Amino acid sequence: MEGTEEKTASNPMNVDVEMPRQRPKERVKNFKEVALGYTEEMAIQEARRCMQCKNPPCIKGCPVDVPIPSFIDCILQGKYAEGIAVIKTKNSLPAVCGRVCPQEGQCQMNCVRGKKGDPVNIGRLERFLADWEREHGAQIPERTPSTGKKVAVIGGGPAGLTAAADLVKMGHAVTLFEALHVAGGVLSYGIPEFRLPKDIVQKEIEYVQKLGVDLRLGNLIGRIHTIPELMEQGYHAIFISSGAGLPQWTGCPGENLGGIYSANEFLIRVNLMKAYNFPEQDTPIRIGKHVVVIGGGNVAMDCARISMRLGAKVCLNYRRSRTELPARREEIENAEEEGLMCNFLNAPAEFYGDEKGWVRSMRCTCMELTESDEKGRQGVKPIACSDFEVDADTIIVAIGQTPNPIIQRTTAGLKTDPRNGTIIVDEDGRTNLDGVFAGGDVATGAATVISAMGAGKRAAKAMHEYLMNEGPRGERPSTGN
Amino acid sequence: MYRIVSKERLAHKQTLFEVEAPEIAAKAQPGQFLIVIPTEGGERVPLTICDYEADKGTVSFAFHEVGKTTKELGTFEEGDRLFNVTGPLGNPSQIGKYGRVLCVGGGIMIAPVLLQAKAMKAAGNHVTTVLGSRSEEFLFMREKAASLSDEVHLATDDGSVGEKGLEFLTDLLKKERFDRCVVMGPVVMMKMVSEITRPFNLPTIVSLTPIMIDGMGMCGVCRVTVGGNMLFGCVDGPEFDGHLTNFDELIKRQRTMLPEERLSSILWENKGRCKCGRN
Repeated sequence: MEGTEEKTASNPMNVDVEMPRQRPKERVKNFKEVALGYTEEMAIQEARRCMQCKNPPCIKGCPVDVPIPSFIDCILQGKYAEGIAVIKTKNSLPAVCGRVCPQEGQCQMNCVRGKKGDPVNIGRLERFLADWEREHGAQIPERTPSTGKKVAVIGGGPAGLTAAADLVKMGHAVTLFEALHVAGGVLSYGIPEFRLPKDIVQKEIEYVQKLGVDLRLGNLIGRIHTIPELMEQGYHAIFISSGAGLPQWTGCPGENLGGIYSANEFLIRVNLMKAYNFPEQDTPIRIGKHVVVIGGGNVAMDCARISMRLGAKVCLNYRRSRTELPARREEIENAEEEGLMCNFLNAPAEFYGDEKGWVRSMRCTCMELTESDEKGRQGVKPIACSDFEVDADTIIVAIGQTPNPIIQRTTAGLKTDPRNGTIIVDEDGRTNLDGVFAGGDVATGAATVISAMGAGKRAAKAMHEYLMNEGPRGERPSTGN
Repeated sequence: MYRIVSKERLAHKQTLFEVEAPEIAAKAQPGQFLIVIPTEGGERVPLTICDYEADKGTVSFAFHEVGKTTKELGTFEEGDRLFNVTGPLGNPSQIGKYGRVLCVGGGIMIAPVLLQAKAMKAAGNHVTTVLGSRSEEFLFMREKAASLSDEVHLATDDGSVGEKGLEFLTDLLKKERFDRCVVMGPVVMMKMVSEITRPFNLPTIVSLTPIMIDGMGMCGVCRVTVGGNMLFGCVDGPEFDGHLTNFDELIKRQRTMLPEERLSSILWENKGRCKCGRN
């Protein structure tokens, strides 16, 4: 770590406790979790670094307001069960958040310790408690007396699981409709095993079920039931959290060649269908020797790291430069340690195939950085006559996802943004239709797990108020075309 | 749920299942499909809906044992339960009063094309149904076709019954006027029929269930080029204009995982039934 020496010299408390990880050379050959978690001693040592601020700035950085200093204090006192209970007052998926939250840009960014050294590793401490609880058996809180209200939550990803858990804790009868045969959304199909083991996700889902949520798998809302039909069936309020599952494409010629995967297809095959275990598992994945991943976000990093584990040489082609890579630093470092090569400032122009229709190479155009747009996003433009060809027998397009349109198409009057298909909501997740709320990626476009959870939490609160106080408001949903 | 209420052998390695799935049965419409997962850890296979009975709470689908998963499905018996059936998926067929409708079904897809014939007949059309297969022993549901249609033509590749091949369709189209054609069958067959109907400007709808995983718009493996646009079989289809569909690309895309599918199938054959512990 850069600057570590200096920090150590001044004050050892300014340096965080490293978390053991599998070594790059070993881990690139398996799908086991890379980060191994703190031992009890490590957790206590790290917990000591928390200054127990009176007015803790870390909580302000947390989208779901976890009482961070309180749970860290519980670790110091060895009261682990109490610590996890403190977290779970605000966050029903701590084992997930402890692993995949971008803490460096949230709670940890605000940590006072961070001013002179490393911030307290809040994420690792959260993970420690969640893992401790999983080994010792989770406590299920007592059921809240029923309010007699029925709620439908659509989509079992982070937003839906959070909203469902909160709503059932408030005493509502919650049915969670999941379109796939496994709940978890992006936690199950998107994030790879080595970053978020699937048995951990399953345990978190089971916890939400034990709270009393009725989980229905294989139910694609919009087809098996529409939103207006759910209202007719007696649901008093509905939360749409169907995510952003529709892949975006480059639009370049040749994109339908064999060997060109959307990031979604690649991830679904490997994570959800466990194609890395083919033929023990039935769903196959075909990977070549030279993989090019197009994109620069966390999804692109996940695809690259999976490809390396499947034995390929992987190059990441990103249209901007290293500085603009949207992926978490930690993920970029992990990927590069595992052998990822990066090719910056170029964009795909065309894909070429062999006689069997399988991709063999791609043509790229060099790009240069220009001025930033109003949103502060770095601009890029192509450089004339700069095209070059690279060999690739597998290409993964990881340039973003937009919301799946099925619900929007089958719910007349539901207001969406015509540019990207997101459902338009207010800050508490209210749509323009009475009793219908939405949140997570379906409302924001592809974002993080924790921001989706935050949206689920805010919507659950607003839905509770709606169910208990508010009368009908505005339009009722009706069946679309 | 997902209990197999009846299993009917249609022909060698071709089977029809009627499965208990009341919610699906209540919503299913002609042209839609299901994603079937036979066992936990199994593949998600898209299969076109062949029939549904809302009162009984059942939905039917047919399959041809070609790969590991369909072979495994073939070992399921009445009373067994499938791990998961998701549906109805995809857009329903546009059933309407067109006038004279030609329904062409090939191979295992004879079963779902008869649902089209039934719906088109109910909508007041004159329905001519063509059943095609390799040879006579694979030509099933002939009586059902006769009861649902005004006219039935049979065709086999080897000429063992009915017409030899589908070339006779050209003569049929010269003799009789049709207003709409619906084709369900192997991709090569749908391509051929679309080419036959093209000179007659006969609107031709093909039902495409390319390789799919989720079947609900996520993975994009089912993408097809139709009229120069990239569309998804699962959410934009499964029915498309046969005259605008790029079949050659689709045929290549269908073959992308062939070596893996073969391996999976061979391993299954070698292990026999013991793998699923269902003996």
